Amino acid sequence: MQTTLQIAANGLMLGALYACIAVGFSLVWGVLNVINMLHGSFIVLGGYMAFFAWRDLGVHPLVSLAVIAGLLFLLGWGLQYGIINRVVMQPVLTTLTLTFGLDMIVYNFMTLAFTATPRRIVLDLGNIEFLGVVMPVDRIVAMVLALALTGLLFAVLRSSKLGRAIVAVRMDRDAAALMGIRVDRIYAITFGIGALMAGACGSLLAVVYPVTSSMTGLFLGKAFVVCVIGGLGSVPGALIGGLSLGFIESAAGHWLGPQDAMTIGFVLMILLLMTKPTGLLGKQGYE
Amino acid sequence: MRSSAFFILSMLVLAAAPFIADNYVVRLCTFLCMYAALALSWNFIGGYAGYPSFATAGFFGLGAYAGALTQNLGFWLPLPWLFATVVVALFAAGLGFAILRMKGHYFAIGSISIVEILRLLASSWAQLTGGGDGLNVRILPGGPDYAGRVFLYSMMAVMIAAFITMLCVDRSRLGFGLRCIKQNEDAADMIGIDVTSYKTAAFTLSAMYCGTIGAIYASWVAYIDPSDAFSILLTLKVPVMTLLGGPGTVYGPILGAWVFVLLEEMIWAKFLEYNRAILGAVIVLLIFALPGGLLRMQWRRKWPSSVFGLPGLNRLKESR
Repeated sequence: MQTTLQIAANGLMLGALYACIAVGFSLVWGVLNVINMLHGSFIVLGGYMAFFAWRDLGVHPLVSLAVIAGLLFLLGWGLQYGIINRVVMQPVLTTLTLTFGLDMIVYNFMTLAFTATPRRIVLDLGNIEFLGVVMPVDRIVAMVLALALTGLLFAVLRSSKLGRAIVAVRMDRDAAALMGIRVDRIYAITFGIGALMAGACGSLLAVVYPVTSSMTGLFLGKAFVVCVIGGLGSVPGALIGGLSLGFIESAAGHWLGPQDAMTIGFVLMILLLMTKPTGLLGKQGYE
Repeated sequence: MRSSAFFILSMLVLAAAPFIADNYVVRLCTFLCMYAALALSWNFIGGYAGYPSFATAGFFGLGAYAGALTQNLGFWLPLPWLFATVVVALFAAGLGFAILRMKGHYFAIGSISIVEILRLLASSWAQLTGGGDGLNVRILPGGPDYAGRVFLYSMMAVMIAAFITMLCVDRSRLGFGLRCIKQNEDAADMIGIDVTSYKTAAFTLSAMYCGTIGAIYASWVAYIDPSDAFSILLTLKVPVMTLLGGPGTVYGPILGAWVFVLLEEMIWAKFLEYNRAILGAVIVLLIFALPGGLLRMQWRRKWPSSVFGLPGLNRLKESR
């Protein structure tokens, strides 16, 4: 019983972080129809920036989070507005290859600037024990913040003017353009938001796990899996997908070992892609 | 006519390399043949059928492991290579039925995941594959000069086989059907093309030679590990080579692979720290400056306006 509870608690924590990892990726895929290969690098970049701000400048990660999110928004916005927008209508082969090329550039300079040493922010907030389940406080903080960020994005998309414009572009680009929405700007802002979520999530991850630049592919893989499990381009979808993957990996990691837990995630994804490519929630609109 | 003469001439030069140049050049020529064969293979599914497959490294790695394991059992050399070819072809045919129902983005993600799953399996199944420690393959006896020739000619044979297959496909019903599928799959289905079998055939063809090349590569370098065999970089490099030369053409993949490998060897291998960034920049430039590849480049026209124009909605509309 206690083991089950512990697995569930770990799954919940992992799932919240996965949801946060995937939600920006899912937004970009849903709205722009672009598979953003840069996403993993954005996450690691956020993590590194949080670490160095904490170690060298003594800035608390919760404070630097906002700055990092802003910087990554600018980076994402610039990349989309200046570069990706030019080919955004072309087939997936072009856009995917282009974002991969950009990812190599970002990755290279990131590794040169920060080196590939695993970095972790050690906050040492102690543990909480509840019903025999032990949870480190820093993980709980990261989990709550990840959920809060995801919820915030949901609220922005749902109720702000900008959010409605993004949803409109997702539903019908041409109609949105006719209604006076500047589609290219919405694309740039959406990509910026995707990068912002990745950066914020990266700095949360650095509090929980050691982050290193060789993990970019890992994070990107998680984003794929979560997106496909939960369904594309919706915040609740990413949340459901993230939590499912979190629980599955936590359980599989306990009984089979961590390596197989990852394989199971990917196999599940392929099976879902074959049978139900719209995901568990399977809605088309962005609500 | 001119291009076929050029092709034959370059084959002769490659074949003559061991007699006129040192081992470094022979090694480079082997790489030229290897990447040309991989790019030709990708052309079946990516160039003709227009499916964005990123599974090349999966087939390559599977072939490498299949070949290496049978070779270590003590089979006489071309046998493990043939075995790897058969294994990979069967694997791709089975897989094709499963993942070719997806389109566009889903297919791209699905095919990348195949590489990832195979890599994870190769690293976790340590009794068979040696896991993350990698796998040593028996070295071909006879000294480096002899081995260099054997591997150069083997790679070249696969490249020529892939090229001849491509010529046959290009001029056959299959090639025509695949081009139809690329333009409009539903319409192709409507006019009576058996879309599923055509796509599966293209996918299997695109995998088969990758398996052979993987097995030859394993024997050549005599050591493979999961991250080398199932490298995500390889899975992207190969489509980029084909795009560089001209996807859906017969000579494009070879030209693209050669230009790419030579550029890499001569230019950005010298900047070790910026290697990845330069490769990335080459990809970005390729997308903007050479959208149809070298073979389809319009030499008269100057830079396409998409490179230096201002971003904006007009641009979005124009590029559609």
